[in-house]
Amino acid sequence: MSEQRVDEAEVEHVASLARVDLDEGDAARFVEQFADILEAFDALDEVPAVDRDADLTNVMRPDEERACLDRDDALRNAPETEDGYFTGPRVS
Amino acid sequence: MDYNGYVTEQRIEGADDGPLAGTTVAVKDNISTAGVRTTCGSAMLADYVPPYDATVVERLKAAGATITGKTNMDEFGMGTTTETSAFGLTDNPAAPGHVPGGSSGGSAAVVAAGDADLALGTDTGGSVRCPAAFCGVVGIKPTYGLVSRYGLVAYANSLEQIGPIAPTVEAAAELLSVIAGPDERDATTRDAASEVSDYDYAAAADGDVSDMTVGIPSELVDGADQAVREVFRDAVEDLESQGAETVTVDLPSVEHAVEAYYVIAMSEASSNLARFDGVRYGTAASETAGEVEGDWNESFAAVREAGFGEEVKRRILLGTYALSAGYHDKYYEKAQDARAWVQQDFDAALEEADVLASPTMPVPPFEQGESLDDPMTMYLADANTVPVNLANLPAISVPAGETDEGLPVGLQFVGPAFGEHAIVRAGSALA
Repeated sequence: MSEQRVDEAEVEHVASLARVDLDEGDAARFVEQFADILEAFDALDEVPAVDRDADLTNVMRPDEERACLDRDDALRNAPETEDGYFTGPRVS
Repeated sequence: MDYNGYVTEQRIEGADDGPLAGTTVAVKDNISTAGVRTTCGSAMLADYVPPYDATVVERLKAAGATITGKTNMDEFGMGTTTETSAFGLTDNPAAPGHVPGGSSGGSAAVVAAGDADLALGTDTGGSVRCPAAFCGVVGIKPTYGLVSRYGLVAYANSLEQIGPIAPTVEAAAELLSVIAGPDERDATTRDAASEVSDYDYAAAADGDVSDMTVGIPSELVDGADQAVREVFRDAVEDLESQGAETVTVDLPSVEHAVEAYYVIAMSEASSNLARFDGVRYGTAASETAGEVEGDWNESFAAVREAGFGEEVKRRILLGTYALSAGYHDKYYEKAQDARAWVQQDFDAALEEADVLASPTMPVPPFEQGESLDDPMTMYLADANTVPVNLANLPAISVPAGETDEGLPVGLQFVGPAFGEHAIVRAGSALA
């Protein structure tokens, strides 16, 4: 077993950044698993700086009106809608 | 035998005529099918019904295929065993009691069982080739940009491609011809005909390797189980007896491929999966956690706790961590360096050989449950497949034989960008 790399408070903090609540016991288990995984990631320190010259081209199209998804279809999978809009949780 | 290959069995009829008329094709459940639910193997999307078809589904229907249903998979493609699905594990028809590989395990299983003629999977780090190898069938991961990803629910955009699974190399090549080609709705697609050649991949399945040089990277062979290496050596001798020349090539960068792959894939996943918040799709917070008292961040977090399985949470958290202030340069930037290094290594190796050959997986199929508690062990099983995704190259897995215990072993050929003809030709000498 590897040395602990992050503690439960850090796991909880990252989970809050990612907007994922954790079940009881998740944070403790993730602390152990992340020790192994982050130790493996540390091997990236040995990678030399590499000249990255990606051959990229912008892909453009004319800015013309065209058919798009129907409003009813776009809303069909939403758990709650109102007057043709998505219904979200309270903002504050 | 109910091996649980499908999440949803529902027939979708294609056109009356076409190259796939009379052919059944199963489709992985992260590829959108209009009017037929598409779950990605996740409770989050258990009731999600796409309003449109993925481009590859449109092309299947236009080619006359009959779609048989949506196949089981690791949740959002995150796994190597199809055990992380919210819809239960899939058994391996070629090795019952063992996993079918993943993440496209259902697609490979239904082809191996003969319940569909062909199938589509998706390959982000080996998710077509691994299940093909574990189920004793053929799978192709196309060059990045050959096949449209429009309508594929994204996991790691820069790495993934939709690819065919079939009983034979020729059948896989025919299916690839149907789905390949540029699409204005996926700006990362390229026209292969303008790159190297035509789209008639099945024509290359002539088994003629007499003029071929096959490079063997020792880095992708030496770490494999002895039982796998023995099957691989026999297959290489078979190729040599058919006139292929073999040479040893070096890929020193692949030592870092697994960690580079997981940093990039998890980082992209943490961003892609932000869309699942219980507002536009998914389960409403009021249904998962009762009335949430706090603000919308707390509501989203409750929905995501209920909707995502453990492996998905693990990858979202690690991806968020790798991209967070203070760690971005240490992990994400170095992973991009490693990716560029892997690309340069493959370019150099493919100067010396037409294709590269290695075991597809360093191990035979796991027993069910064997790898679930130890994620790092599962990640390391992807050592031979992830370098190909980092390098954007095409690869095929073909059945190479079985271990003494009767477990399938796959052999992987890797070709140059848009060199699908070369990997089809090499593969057809074996299957």
